[in-house]
Amino acid sequence: MTDTSSTTVAEPDGPGGAADPVVAMRAITMEFPGVRALQDVDFRLFPGEVHALMGENGAGKSTLIKVLTGVYTSTSGTTELRGERIAFSGPGEAQASGVSTVYQEVNLCPNLSVAENILLGREPRRFGSIDMGATRARAAELLGRMGLTIDPGSILAEHPIAIQQLVAIARAVAVDAQVLILDEPTSSLDQDEVAELFRIMRHLRDEGVAILFVSHFLEQVYEIADRMTVLRNGRLVGEYLTTDLTRLQLVSAMIGRELGALAEVERLADAAADDVDGTPVLEATGLGRRGSIAPFDLRIAAGEVVGLAGLLGSGRTELARLLFGADRADSGEVRVDGRALSLRTPRSAIAAGIAFCSEDRKGEGILADLSIRDNLVLAMQAARGWARPIPRRTKDELVETWVTALDIRPSNPDALVGTLSGGNQQKVLLARWLVTQPRLLILDEPTRGIDIGAKAQIQKLVAQLAAEGMAVVYISAELEEVARLSHRVVVLKDRTKVAELDGSASVDDIMRLIASAEGADPTDPSGPDGPSDPTRRSPSSTHDDVVLTEQVAS
Amino acid sequence: MTTTAPTRSDATGRRSATRRPIVPGRVLPVVATFALFVLLFGVGSVRYEGFASGQVFANLFIDNAFLIVLAVGMTFVILTGGIDLSVGAVVALSTMVAATALKAGLPAPLVILLVLAIGTGLGVLMGLVIHHFEIQPFIVTLAGMFLARGLCFVIGVESISIKDPFFRALATGTIELPGGVVITWSVVIALAIVAAAVWVLHRTRFGRTVYAIGGSESSATLMGLAVGRVKVAAYGISGLCASIAGLLFSVYMLSGYGLHAVGMELDAIASVVIGGTLLSGGVGYVLGSLLGVLVLGVIQTLISFQGTLSSWWTKIAIGTLLLLFIVMQRLFMRRTS
Repeated sequence: MTDTSSTTVAEPDGPGGAADPVVAMRAITMEFPGVRALQDVDFRLFPGEVHALMGENGAGKSTLIKVLTGVYTSTSGTTELRGERIAFSGPGEAQASGVSTVYQEVNLCPNLSVAENILLGREPRRFGSIDMGATRARAAELLGRMGLTIDPGSILAEHPIAIQQLVAIARAVAVDAQVLILDEPTSSLDQDEVAELFRIMRHLRDEGVAILFVSHFLEQVYEIADRMTVLRNGRLVGEYLTTDLTRLQLVSAMIGRELGALAEVERLADAAADDVDGTPVLEATGLGRRGSIAPFDLRIAAGEVVGLAGLLGSGRTELARLLFGADRADSGEVRVDGRALSLRTPRSAIAAGIAFCSEDRKGEGILADLSIRDNLVLAMQAARGWARPIPRRTKDELVETWVTALDIRPSNPDALVGTLSGGNQQKVLLARWLVTQPRLLILDEPTRGIDIGAKAQIQKLVAQLAAEGMAVVYISAELEEVARLSHRVVVLKDRTKVAELDGSASVDDIMRLIASAEGADPTDPSGPDGPSDPTRRSPSSTHDDVVLTEQVAS
Repeated sequence: MTTTAPTRSDATGRRSATRRPIVPGRVLPVVATFALFVLLFGVGSVRYEGFASGQVFANLFIDNAFLIVLAVGMTFVILTGGIDLSVGAVVALSTMVAATALKAGLPAPLVILLVLAIGTGLGVLMGLVIHHFEIQPFIVTLAGMFLARGLCFVIGVESISIKDPFFRALATGTIELPGGVVITWSVVIALAIVAAAVWVLHRTRFGRTVYAIGGSESSATLMGLAVGRVKVAAYGISGLCASIAGLLFSVYMLSGYGLHAVGMELDAIASVVIGGTLLSGGVGYVLGSLLGVLVLGVIQTLISFQGTLSSWWTKIAIGTLLLLFIVMQRLFMRRTS
């Protein structure tokens, strides 16, 4: 990946030949009540380059982009576009000046046609009437330029998220954008789709478009970016040529400390593995739910981390939801501490000391409009019942303890959770359950969509909790994480538990099991990815929804 | 990541390959409403003598012209994902203002302009409050409803009859269509408004923005569309339609009264929903709303032909239908998602 033959270096005096930056931001400072999101940040973007903006969650990447596009007005500092000072009043004005943004979540209208989504607000008109034919033709032309052959008359919601993302880019470039901002465009795309996106990005770059690219995937950044700017805690760390910076240097620039944390995770996990005692915290026999997951047996002992591995829609989340009572089992039984228990609602599961962090952080986890404090004490309050409010002093102590323990930033307990970065939201969610001191903690994709530093922190925390005697069920699409943390790995495939491996299992072992020919034919159309519209999420837990949720939420 | 990629690619690849555009899907609710109308009209024609006539059909329009106009305005608002509860009261206020002003001797054209200005102004005002203070449309328009209804009784508590020659002429004047079927000018006005609304919603940037807001307001904002202006204008249009409906109602009743059109906003909402427009916004057609009004009208006609049933059965039928259509929409949405 260090091969740079395909990239053009666009330094001011480089072969790109463009001497003046199209965007120059100087000494940008952005303050929110109680938080300084950016401090004295400089940023330059040249025509004909792909420029990666790097940093941990909460480093200020999104804030910088929002200042550039006029969503926020910076507290101080100047922004120049083509040498002229600008301060956009909002994305509309930015777009009119040639600065287009494509966001992580597809910000289009699912109810309208592809053509309309591309051209909304600037449809070709004839005698004051929108010319629908011309609209479609123009959209088809734009899509064609990007190598997409989808029917412009089709409704957007009928297309997979990946296509919607490309449609959003088609809209962004339809205005002859000179600056294209791509904020985490790849988080919901698979490899082929990413390759397609990169092809389009290179094409646009060669046409002279300046592309600002944000991604958590280092490999992608190294593949596509010519230069990068690294932010940390709202401050500029530096601006580098991609070729000048090794991955290790980049990571330490981003997190500002050595990557010892992950090594520590393994040490902790190994140490804990030795003192797993025999008492199962939870024992499930023949537990299953039709259409959701085939009956399975599972034993989880105190101090043990059981990893669930499997592909999207293999039944990972379904299994976890059964254990938590979020879905009702129609066969089998569950014993907690040896006593049979009917887990019919999350309430009974919580009473039994089971906690569950959903993979859908925004939808089923945090309450964005409440403060860190309120979010944190929620589960505890629920466990106490509404009639016994938690005294303010206890609350404050709890919040302080956990904010410090989990390194939640900002540490101001009154900050609204919605304003936190993904990693910090996840930490708040974890803390919410940890204050109830659960016996069994079920974590569904706790590290998705968060940066490396926070990922390592969360894994370390899991290992620590297990070492202290908590039983943990750990679900992650990243098999490395599962293999690293787990004492036992349960492999799921096509909604069936296919194997249980001990802690020494490697990623390769797990992958072999998942890839083995056993189980349903992966091309079976009635299988996990049957024909269904993947773009809308519904609360029910059918197979397709799992796939969807993963795409939408990541 | 690397391990999950293959299936996901498989999945999306296969999905787009096998996907057929569900073209009739969007218009399905409208088609269902149309089928229901034909069915109800057919049942009436079979059971009652004289039902299957052009005039009975034309009467559906004559007796519901004001409701059609009201439903058109409501469609704009509901398409943006909002609701307007004030329209019934605005109809009453319009009749009251018209009757009082005419009685005071103001010329009819001036009275009409005054009424339209009041209705539109009230709508715009509510839209501004909804948009700028980010308050639920339900509450704001509820306040508007009380305000308008209250103003009626400030003007007068008694029913005031309209004796203005222009209004009388409109009320009695008819247009004979081929086949001896007679319609009123109100019908012409109402249908013209429907046609104008169809054009605005489907062929202007304003109209497409209405749909975009209903689809996703935050996306529409990020796409750089004039979300605020369009939202406020949608309530303005609803207010304008309510005042036009008020004028048509004045012509229909030839009186102004504070207790006119009680609950008519709910009839309008019911028509829009039965016509297939999603209450969450973004999906629906004006023609569907027109069909919704006709379904309501044909139920009323059926009950009057039946003769022994109380007219309150209309309400029960509408309630049942409404529930049916909402459930149908929900099932439909589940299937497509």
